[in-house]
Amino acid sequence: MNKATTGPLHSAEPQQPVATGSTPTGPVVAVAQPLRRRPVRRAGSRTAWVMLLPALAVYIGFVIAPMLMGLQYSFYDWNGVGASTFVGLENYTRVLTDPVLLASILNAFTLIIFFTIIPITVGLILASLIRSMRQGPVSSIAQTILFLPQIVPLAAAGIAWAWMYADTGTVNQFLRAVGLEGITRSWLADYGTALPAVGLIGSWVLTGLCTVLLLTGIGKIDGSLYEAVRLDGAGWWREFFTVTLPGLRQEIAVLATLTIIAALSSFDIIYTSTQGGPGRATLVPGISIFRIGFTQSDVGLASAFGMVLMVLVLLVVLPIQRLSKVND
Amino acid sequence: MLCAENNCGTYLRRIADGISVVLKGFSRGKLHQIFASTIDKGVTMSSTPRPGSRRRSSIALAVITAAGFALAGCAPGSSGPGAQESADQASVDVNTELTSEEVTLTIADETGFPVTDELAKEFTKQHPNVTFEITRDTFQNLTANAPKLLAGENPPDLIRLPTIGDTARDGLLANLDPYAEAYGWDAWPESQLAPLRMNEEGTRGSGPLYQVGLGYSITGIYMNTAIAEKLGIDGPPQTMAELEDDLATAKAGGVLPIVAGDKDGVVNFVVQAAMNQYADKEEFLSWMFNEEGSTYATEGNIKGAELIRSWADAGYFPSDINAVDYFTFVTRFSEGEGLFAFNGNWEAANYQKALGDDVEFFLVPPAEEGGDHVAMGAANSFSVAAGSDELDTTTYFLDWIHSDPAARQIITDVTGASPGGDPSLEQPTVEEGSLIADALDMAAQIGEENGQVDFMSNTTAGIYAGAIIPESQLLVTSKITGDDFVSRVQEFYENEVGS
Repeated sequence: MNKATTGPLHSAEPQQPVATGSTPTGPVVAVAQPLRRRPVRRAGSRTAWVMLLPALAVYIGFVIAPMLMGLQYSFYDWNGVGASTFVGLENYTRVLTDPVLLASILNAFTLIIFFTIIPITVGLILASLIRSMRQGPVSSIAQTILFLPQIVPLAAAGIAWAWMYADTGTVNQFLRAVGLEGITRSWLADYGTALPAVGLIGSWVLTGLCTVLLLTGIGKIDGSLYEAVRLDGAGWWREFFTVTLPGLRQEIAVLATLTIIAALSSFDIIYTSTQGGPGRATLVPGISIFRIGFTQSDVGLASAFGMVLMVLVLLVVLPIQRLSKVND
Repeated sequence: MLCAENNCGTYLRRIADGISVVLKGFSRGKLHQIFASTIDKGVTMSSTPRPGSRRRSSIALAVITAAGFALAGCAPGSSGPGAQESADQASVDVNTELTSEEVTLTIADETGFPVTDELAKEFTKQHPNVTFEITRDTFQNLTANAPKLLAGENPPDLIRLPTIGDTARDGLLANLDPYAEAYGWDAWPESQLAPLRMNEEGTRGSGPLYQVGLGYSITGIYMNTAIAEKLGIDGPPQTMAELEDDLATAKAGGVLPIVAGDKDGVVNFVVQAAMNQYADKEEFLSWMFNEEGSTYATEGNIKGAELIRSWADAGYFPSDINAVDYFTFVTRFSEGEGLFAFNGNWEAANYQKALGDDVEFFLVPPAEEGGDHVAMGAANSFSVAAGSDELDTTTYFLDWIHSDPAARQIITDVTGASPGGDPSLEQPTVEEGSLIADALDMAAQIGEENGQVDFMSNTTAGIYAGAIIPESQLLVTSKITGDDFVSRVQEFYENEVGS
């Protein structure tokens, strides 16, 4: 039987976390099996191809072609409308030597602490706490509340948090109320606190997602393992490190992939809260690319920066895919 | 052949071509084989690596890349039919009679500027056969999308365009010279029109007229007179030294001397106001017009920037200045949170409403007693799309805005700006002693002293967000010197103009 599914696939292996966005390999793998059986391939695979065609066309038209066009643009000096000049690798040289652009890449990597490490750590703690709660209204309410920030559009979150971080905003009101007047400041206007403050908005949004996904993962861990470790007299910590954490490796890999991509390609939160300021303290590649491409109309340079960003994302994310599979 | 007229069309056609190639290939079975092998390698790529898979996957990649370049076909946007079109327009027939047919003009304007709505309403009242369709987007989005809108199949007839940038060179804007001649716009002050011209080298100040203003703005200082009285300040400062004295008095009296914000760059009204008083005006303008060999790093500009740094050191700006956006800045002055605010005539009506008689509006004083005033001012600039089907009607509308008494009154009532146009025409009526009346007087005085300069944020498309805002944020919080500020902005300018 030929199966020509077009959705994201789940092959024989249990988990194949696929890097979202940049390199979806969905449809390609889906037809793998029929093609391997060469003798009976002819007639059946033709039908498969026909059925595959609409998805393939959409995929080529909206993912592959624009990406290749971006690659092509990156070798030109072009304003997006008028005539273009081929400039070879000049745009790439500029991206890799301009201190302002390099600093924005560094900021994006700093955001990984807030977009990835904090949400996953907090998510792990919360998920194991919720697991130890009795199933019932309280645990489902806790889950719902934790997940709520996920449904707030990031742009709106950025604006709302910018108000809360303001001189007279909620954060400072709270600090004054508990006698910490000394450390109040305009958090987004301070060069030292702007980037962490923006990062924490990301933590707030992503913790819910991490918790819920990790909770689902915990549910799949064989209950007898917990029983066994309990019988051996293990406490909460022992149980966490021996059973829960190893059992969640796949989920953690998926979350790390998603959140690292969110950190490196962040745009909306920063665009609505600081626009890269003060100075360039919160400038990230997303903002730079938007400005270079659409404000300065330097489509070539913006495309080159986009390509560099894509490569960086892949360099960080692909090893995670590999790590999650080792020793399985 | 793949390089067609405009980009959108080209792109869709490439996709269509790509699909048809795939279809043809499919029927012949050739591409089928290629793709089949590609897919086979695809499997290899995503499962456990095995010997030789690296080579195969690179073949797959090569096939996909080659296919992509075949789709792309040619250099982006290399055909330039637009430039020809605009050249043709110079010899186009101009009809200054308004059409009697039913016509709908489209206008793309920014949000928060209702003046086009009011003008359209009045025009339709006078000429019922002409109706309007006005679309709005935020300033930033509109600026970013303008070239695409203008290059599209159905460009807006009239579009708010803060900087001409490459649009004129790419043939996207209608050359208004023939209309200017037909309507007698040569009676308008040339200093108003110069920034709206651009020559073939992309230098503003000369060449064909590509824009006109729906109102011509003027900037200055708003002073809260209630606070000033308490501090013993009895009137507007006459020199920069007096202004500095007033700032020191306010600081000593526990009042915020300058209400300002710099989250979105508005403090640059203060920065440039200081520069204007020390810089050579022509030199400064030639830089803003991107003349070859011009520079921002002049002695006067550095002196102005250093003055701002000393004001920052003295604590004349709010401590959270970099978190204050334009809206908060306006609100804070309206609520009486400080002595001075550097802003333009467009806020005159709002400030008047909030502060009543306790506010005054005047020009930034010159460095020396009795010197000429210099102030930023600019047209609220609109361009006509080269691809507009209604060039005659659109330009008739523009002429009407500058000459019809009702239209001129609307401009002043809604924007607080001078309607511009022929100076011999009667000025709109305004309430005696109001801030708008102040603004019109200031505009007239600057006209007389020939002291108008453009906003430095209009120098290039990217300079405001890319350099002026971030560097001024550092300057007003005493992180960099005035000299650093000027040289860093100049460096960015060279990069942008050079590329």
